Amino acid sequence: MTSVPFHRRKETKLVFRYLTAVLLVVIFVFPIYWLFAISFKTPGEIFAVPPVWYPKSIQFNNYVVLFKDGDAKTVGNSLVLASASTFFAMIFGTIAAYSLTRFKTGGENLAVWIMSQRMMPPVAIAFPVFLLYVWLGWVDTYIGLIILYTAFSLPYVIWMMRGYIEDIPLELEESALIDGCSRWEVLWKVVFPMARSGLFATAVFTFVFSWNDFLFALVLTRTEVTTYTVQVTHYFGGQSNFWSKIAAMSVLGTIPVFITVATLQRYLVRGISMGAVKG
Amino acid sequence: MAAIAHPDRNFKYWLISPAIFLLLLIGLFPLIFSLVVSFMRVTMLETDTSFAGLANFVQLFHDARLWQSLAHTVLIIIVALPIELLLGLAMAYLFLNHMPGRPILISLLMLPTIISPIVAGATWRLLFDNRYGPINQIIGWFAGHPVPALWTVNPGLVYPAIIFCEIWQWTPFMFLILLAALSNVDRSLTEAAEIDGARLWRSFRYVVLPAIFPVMSIAILIRGLDLFRIFDIIWALTSGGPGTMTETVSVYAYVQGFRQFESSYTAAIAFLVIALLTVVVTWAIRRMGLAK
Repeated sequence: MTSVPFHRRKETKLVFRYLTAVLLVVIFVFPIYWLFAISFKTPGEIFAVPPVWYPKSIQFNNYVVLFKDGDAKTVGNSLVLASASTFFAMIFGTIAAYSLTRFKTGGENLAVWIMSQRMMPPVAIAFPVFLLYVWLGWVDTYIGLIILYTAFSLPYVIWMMRGYIEDIPLELEESALIDGCSRWEVLWKVVFPMARSGLFATAVFTFVFSWNDFLFALVLTRTEVTTYTVQVTHYFGGQSNFWSKIAAMSVLGTIPVFITVATLQRYLVRGISMGAVKG
Repeated sequence: MAAIAHPDRNFKYWLISPAIFLLLLIGLFPLIFSLVVSFMRVTMLETDTSFAGLANFVQLFHDARLWQSLAHTVLIIIVALPIELLLGLAMAYLFLNHMPGRPILISLLMLPTIISPIVAGATWRLLFDNRYGPINQIIGWFAGHPVPALWTVNPGLVYPAIIFCEIWQWTPFMFLILLAALSNVDRSLTEAAEIDGARLWRSFRYVVLPAIFPVMSIAILIRGLDLFRIFDIIWALTSGGPGTMTETVSVYAYVQGFRQFESSYTAAIAFLVIALLTVVVTWAIRRMGLAK
């Protein structure tokens, strides 16, 4: 033990801890800052040696170009695909989770099988599904990708919602039944409202998964329903990368996620801890 | 307990049938389809459905590029996963107790994890640029002279580049899960400021670690499997190059199926990967008791 009083040592440690924490945050946030900065830079600032650390003025030219060329509509495509698939995955996933939790449908084997699907590598699924979609005429259509994203999100939704549904007291459902509700009404009037915070938390992650997908969109879209992730890679090119477009497109695709996560943050923190702790 | 536990026979099946139907589409259909096609000689240009026997699977075992891609994937996993785990754990300890602005700092740390991996790859592509990127510039400050490192091209630097990007994006994920797990442990055991190093280590080893172990193993399982199918970051940074040096299993399967149009052969790869993972994952889920 040193002669430094105990509370002084504690303060020094807090300062040290705090500085380390702030430094870490700066390191982790810097790449995102850089992406945003490039999207506001002029070509002269982007291709400056040494690099310019911040744009001299905020100008939106890089974004205007994306809207003029119509490239920005790929963000709209992502929005349609991610929203629709999240909606369906939440409904089908929650009722399936209810069936698994309350009635032990299919026993443990079914639960294990459903969860093991969460781990499938997209490329192994994408290839057979691509050939199936060619045959069905579903390549480059909304319906094709919405069905695929819904299916791919289901194991996660079921996994998460089982935990939330277990927490709903059985008595509530029983008394609703006694009051003359049908079983479907019990679902809509008791289970869904009671699991509300779980539904929001799960929906955020489901939305982000589908929104961020690249491989399925790369394989299953051509021109009509191209997502923003695929569009970003269209700007990669041997010698002259379209840096301003890469940055601006990436920011356009990132802002909706930031907004979603920020708005639903209070559900999110609980969602992460619940999901992790309950498994 | 009476009514609710004994439903009308069909109701519980009605509830689960849409999910099962959709899961068969991504679960069972690709497996069976891959198996059938892998015994044929189909390419995207020629639909030769004649029976090829085990030819494609024999080819799998002699395909050096496939085994190399598997080795590349394993290399990335064994380097990135321990770093993400240890760094995430250290960060969880750092942020466990109160400090000014803690919620905001934690939210900021979440950002890398919620952006798209393809955007993460694109961002690091810009950061790593040898002339206009800030990373070489910063290294140059410390080195005292300009450093023209070609991060995404130089064979000695491509793996560090990929692993940097991977660690940057997914350490926060580990951090958030471990932070949640640590928060549930008795605080007196994790108050780093109160006790000295040796006692902190002992309490971690014998009390905290066993307490967070179940959650930690789920996080390792999820990250390990995500790393096994790594595609986006590599596609954005190197596209598997230089040559085939950073080609992972997913990248290789994509190239075979959608660039070389070797349908039957890709189906064989897909079948191998799905079958392998199903066995490993089912075992892990049962072992960890996740289904209960």
